[in-house]
Amino acid sequence: MIGNDISVILPELVIAGAAMMVLMWGVFVKREVGPQALWLIALLFIGAGGWIALTGRGSDTAFGGMFVNDAFSRFAKVTMLWSGAAVLLMSKEYLMRAKLLKFEFPVLVALAMVGMMMMVSAGDMMALYMGLELQALSLYIIAAFNRDSLRSSEAGLKYFVLGALSSGLLLYGMSLVYGYTGATGFAEINQVIEAEGLPIGAVFGLVFIVSGMAFKVSAAPFHMWTPDVYEGSPTPVTALFATAPKMAAAAMITRILFDAFGGAISDWQQILVLLALLSMYIGAIAAIGQTNIKRLMAYSSIGHMGFALMGLAAGTELGVQNMLIYMVVYVATNIGVFAFILNMEKDGRAVTDISALSLYSKVAPGRALALLVLMFSLAGIPPLVGFFAKLYVLQAAFDAGLAWLAIAAVIASVISAYYYLRIVYLMYFGEPVDALNGKMPVLHLGLLTVSSAILVFGIVNLFGLEGYAANAAAALLG
Amino acid sequence: MDNLLSLVTFFPMVGAAVLLVFLRGDDAQAVLNAKRVALGVTIVTFLASLAILGQFDPSNTDFQMVEEAAWIAGLTYKMGVDGISITFVMLTTFLMPIVIGASWKVDKRVKEYMIAFLVLETLMIGVFLSLDLILFYVFFEAGLIPMFLIIGIWGGKDRVYASFKFFLYTLLGSVLMLIAMIAMWYDAGTTDIPTLLKHTFSSESISVWGWQIVGGAQTLMWLAFFASFAVKLPMWPVHTWLPDAHVQAPTAGSIVLAAILLKLGGYGFLRFSLPMFPVASIQMQDFVFVLSVIAIIYTSLVALVQTDMKKLIAYSSVAHMGFVTLGIFSFNKQGLDGAIFQMISHGFISGALFMGVGVIYDRMHTREIDAYGGLAVRMPAYALVFMLFTMANVGLPGTSGFVGEFLTLAGVFQVNTWVAAGATTGVVLSAGYALWLYRRVAFGDLIKQSLQNIQDVSTRERLLFAPLVIMTILLGVYPALLLDLIGPSVDALISNFNDATAGLINAATAVSE
Repeated sequence: MIGNDISVILPELVIAGAAMMVLMWGVFVKREVGPQALWLIALLFIGAGGWIALTGRGSDTAFGGMFVNDAFSRFAKVTMLWSGAAVLLMSKEYLMRAKLLKFEFPVLVALAMVGMMMMVSAGDMMALYMGLELQALSLYIIAAFNRDSLRSSEAGLKYFVLGALSSGLLLYGMSLVYGYTGATGFAEINQVIEAEGLPIGAVFGLVFIVSGMAFKVSAAPFHMWTPDVYEGSPTPVTALFATAPKMAAAAMITRILFDAFGGAISDWQQILVLLALLSMYIGAIAAIGQTNIKRLMAYSSIGHMGFALMGLAAGTELGVQNMLIYMVVYVATNIGVFAFILNMEKDGRAVTDISALSLYSKVAPGRALALLVLMFSLAGIPPLVGFFAKLYVLQAAFDAGLAWLAIAAVIASVISAYYYLRIVYLMYFGEPVDALNGKMPVLHLGLLTVSSAILVFGIVNLFGLEGYAANAAAALLG
Repeated sequence: MDNLLSLVTFFPMVGAAVLLVFLRGDDAQAVLNAKRVALGVTIVTFLASLAILGQFDPSNTDFQMVEEAAWIAGLTYKMGVDGISITFVMLTTFLMPIVIGASWKVDKRVKEYMIAFLVLETLMIGVFLSLDLILFYVFFEAGLIPMFLIIGIWGGKDRVYASFKFFLYTLLGSVLMLIAMIAMWYDAGTTDIPTLLKHTFSSESISVWGWQIVGGAQTLMWLAFFASFAVKLPMWPVHTWLPDAHVQAPTAGSIVLAAILLKLGGYGFLRFSLPMFPVASIQMQDFVFVLSVIAIIYTSLVALVQTDMKKLIAYSSVAHMGFVTLGIFSFNKQGLDGAIFQMISHGFISGALFMGVGVIYDRMHTREIDAYGGLAVRMPAYALVFMLFTMANVGLPGTSGFVGEFLTLAGVFQVNTWVAAGATTGVVLSAGYALWLYRRVAFGDLIKQSLQNIQDVSTRERLLFAPLVIMTILLGVYPALLLDLIGPSVDALISNFNDATAGLINAATAVSE
């Protein structure tokens, strides 16, 4: 019995065990083993992702329904693991320059990854909360990883306080739901709802849970922490925030809404519609005035989460499928963007001011072209894959009768096009300034190239992503 | 060859990729190579498109040479050509070598410049050939990216403002169309354009938030498509991006913009609005007529007071596009034939006019009309060519401009005499601004000191003007060349339209009387 359970959570166990071993290694070996530890963890992520992708079949549960391993969780896990590996590999040079590459960094990332994998696999409120907190605590620390920097400490503290608040909301909501339905397992909660309807107290619980989750996915109006944390954290950490945890939070919110509250779609649909609408517009409008590229990407992420939530708000299998596609495209784009941002530097100092990109296309035409592709893709201009990602979620919203939301969304996307265009404008026809002169490591150049190439060539068939996302959505709702 | 259409469409893109990957260095040889490759690619594309024309059977009104393949999200990659689209494809491939030739003097980032134009050519051809809604949208919108860069990088001094305005204006118009496309996809269950052409969209009146919408879903979709095409075409009052974009764009950019990109809007009306939403089109006929007449008269008046040559021609383009919308929305053979004819002929004429401005701009680096005068003295050949196109722009019989305007006015006259009368005043005004421009630039004494040493058109420029001169006069004296090609397809369009709206026309005319 226990053997079966263990075999279901084997990938998580392996990563957790590896994190512990690297921790021990780092503590007991006298010299600094940061770079080796980082490579080790990154390779482990790639391997674990491949392992899950290749061997995962069907649906299994473990520990009495606490932990679910189905196509949906595997889809999220593979995305998180591979994007996590990409971000880790990108971090090395930056962290070494900033003298931040301690072995604790990869260990914390690995622990956060275990937490995220728990989150997307949770089949019970308790398991979900454990995963969430493991992820959150690890991330609080790495947000403040540059402890000698005021901004980084501030970012960590802000993230911690607001994150704790959102965890509190979530817990309170969970306790209300438990109190009114008598269950913590998602399947059991849904049975109660299907049988007796959603009790009024559980509606309160649902609202608190969704609010707490909205914090995690940085959806407006719970987005305030995002720009400050993105700006203050060391850039590799920002890159991490923008990728794997976003996927994890989106997958988590999807699972809890459909597995636990699948019988009350109309109750949470309106909340999600509001969250989506606010996020799209706040993301679009607030980003216009930003001069710091990390803050800009923070608002951009808020806007993109709005689009993803729009897919979810559809409340249908198609919506889930298309939201997953949207998230993967978003994560893939962000890896490229951050590979670029990590190398924005002048005379060895990191630069985050957008105006430093002026006429960058003359300095490094290849990199500028790649960023151009990424920016137009984020703006959702065809023929880049970012357009199709938007098309998918619009289609899902339309399918669910939310035509007006789709119209509002495309108008928000036009507003947001402005600031993506501004970056392209600066790079290609801005005023001449002192150019950035950072050298780009081959690995970063590779990731940037691959990311932008995916966005161009993905138009042919999206590399089969549609089929995987359809399987994942079917596993959740089928 | 089974996939000739795709080959023609993507060949320029392949050329661009070759330039991007293989061409290295900034020296004079590399620059020359970039120009030669681009010219070669566009010429080969033109020759290949002649093969399409050769295989095309004008008497067959179905889509021909259809290619189809499965794509993502249940869409299809489907290309095909009919009598209407083939003319626009030929216009594009015909003009592109001239556009590249007109850019021979570009000295700033030549490789990128050529890449942008080659990519743009692929996208423009793709728009006309695509037979899938979303595929159409992809080609239609993707053109914004190279055009944004062309205006922004190689444009004049207010290029930043102009490029943003161009991009955001057209994007805003188009995203609403995207929503309507998704709605159509939903309603008909397919994005296949030939199927959608046969599908009847609901025209039951519906109520949205208390507003009574006559024509129902058709009207809403029509309006969404209109938002996009009206901006692209452009129609008054959403035309204001055009003068800015034209003035700031480099010469070749202006030619592409005026000669081809504006036609995307007109093509959209012909391909989508009329056949797919016939009831709504009838409902909106008066609305379009009013906007078109305002556009013709208002922009002609505005053109009269311009001091910048390019701006003047840009406003004249808006006025000429007013004739196109009039012709399209008169729903009869003369009107539609005239509208298509006007678009093709305007492609040649406006292209030549912008090139004419480019010729003297290259020499004097100003587009101010006041800076010129008496050019006929030192540039007789130039004065002759420029006069021909000025006259063609006015609509002098014997040039293609006359046929287009005459047919559209004949078409409109059958529907609404007053509208035709209003539009005719625009013809008079166009004679006013065009001839006055010509007089101020070419006639008079050559008194300006700066003009004393100006050179007449070079051999290269003569070669570029020659095909345009030939086409303008050829179509002017023998319009059947084009009309025979589009005739059957237009007939089919009209008969389908009449079938779909039988009974409604009487009601509509009863209302308007």
